[in-house]
Amino acid sequence: MSEPRLVEVRRNVLKQNDVIARSLREQFRFAGVFVVSLVSSPGSGKTTFLEKTLTQLQPRYRVAALVGDLATENDAARLARSKAPVKQITTGTLCHLEAAMVQNALQDWDLHQLDFLFIENVGNLVCPSSYDLGENLRLVLMSVTEGEDKPQKYPTIFNSADVAVITKNELSGVVEFDWDAARKSIESVRPGMKIFRLSAKTGEGMPEYLDFLSRQLAEQRAVVHS
Amino acid sequence: MHELSIAMGIVEAAMDEARQRNVQVSAVHLRLGALSGVVKDALLFSYEVACQDTPLEGSRLLIEEVPVMVFCPRCKEKRVLQSVQSFTCPECASPTREVLQGKELEVFALEVEE
Repeated sequence: MSEPRLVEVRRNVLKQNDVIARSLREQFRFAGVFVVSLVSSPGSGKTTFLEKTLTQLQPRYRVAALVGDLATENDAARLARSKAPVKQITTGTLCHLEAAMVQNALQDWDLHQLDFLFIENVGNLVCPSSYDLGENLRLVLMSVTEGEDKPQKYPTIFNSADVAVITKNELSGVVEFDWDAARKSIESVRPGMKIFRLSAKTGEGMPEYLDFLSRQLAEQRAVVHS
Repeated sequence: MHELSIAMGIVEAAMDEARQRNVQVSAVHLRLGALSGVVKDALLFSYEVACQDTPLEGSRLLIEEVPVMVFCPRCKEKRVLQSVQSFTCPECASPTREVLQGKELEVFALEVEE
């Protein structure tokens, strides 16, 4: 045996995922569907928020959702009440979604029949941050009951997201939520990030957020057609 | 914890490179960005597990931590962040969101024997 030597290989560990994510993004663009992924910690109200989003977008848009969950199909059952097509991706023990799982789940769906597709990631603020799913917009959700400093505790996921939504605003008085502290915390890990404050339960703040999504879809289509 | 899937990805990538070159791998050099979402200690532990019963069993994982580098719009310079909790220029304190480096998760080099 000869002496060990060093060979440079420069290989991205997540290359396989990134290649699939790029191909998905291209498919989404071609089909004219705007894709939003949702990340949050468990119990932040992601499923209620998504159910309301689907229900309120439906009169004007064709919407669908993919839902990642560790073991149960409870979330998909709840979302099915919105009457939108919903498919569950059960990840088993895996703590995040990967692009290949999204690709498999979409195989028998005609993306041309959709305006919006939502991908609900597994409730986890750590692992999903490393995996590109081909989404157009990554939305990070936190609730007022989680505390204002959540962004500082999970800077990587907040930094990887495009938009922050703070939910359960109807409880902000009870928990004495400090809105300025939360805004500063987000601003310090992701300067300039757009923030929505709303209550999925009462509907307060939902119209501004839904209008924002409508504009994003319109902008994406304008770019594709120009 | 997704470090085990990441570790398996590293082992797979290293094995593939080793096969192409017909060599034995004794160490893997990894570049790990502060914004990669991967925890170094958890990865080191997972690596050992991922190597079991593969040609890489007994090999070492050497991690080079890559800090976050941003572009400061005010100084018009590249700057290294002092903390991922604060995306502000360490010189002039301007907020910045333009990340130039820090998301790396890259098998950079292999120590090999013929």
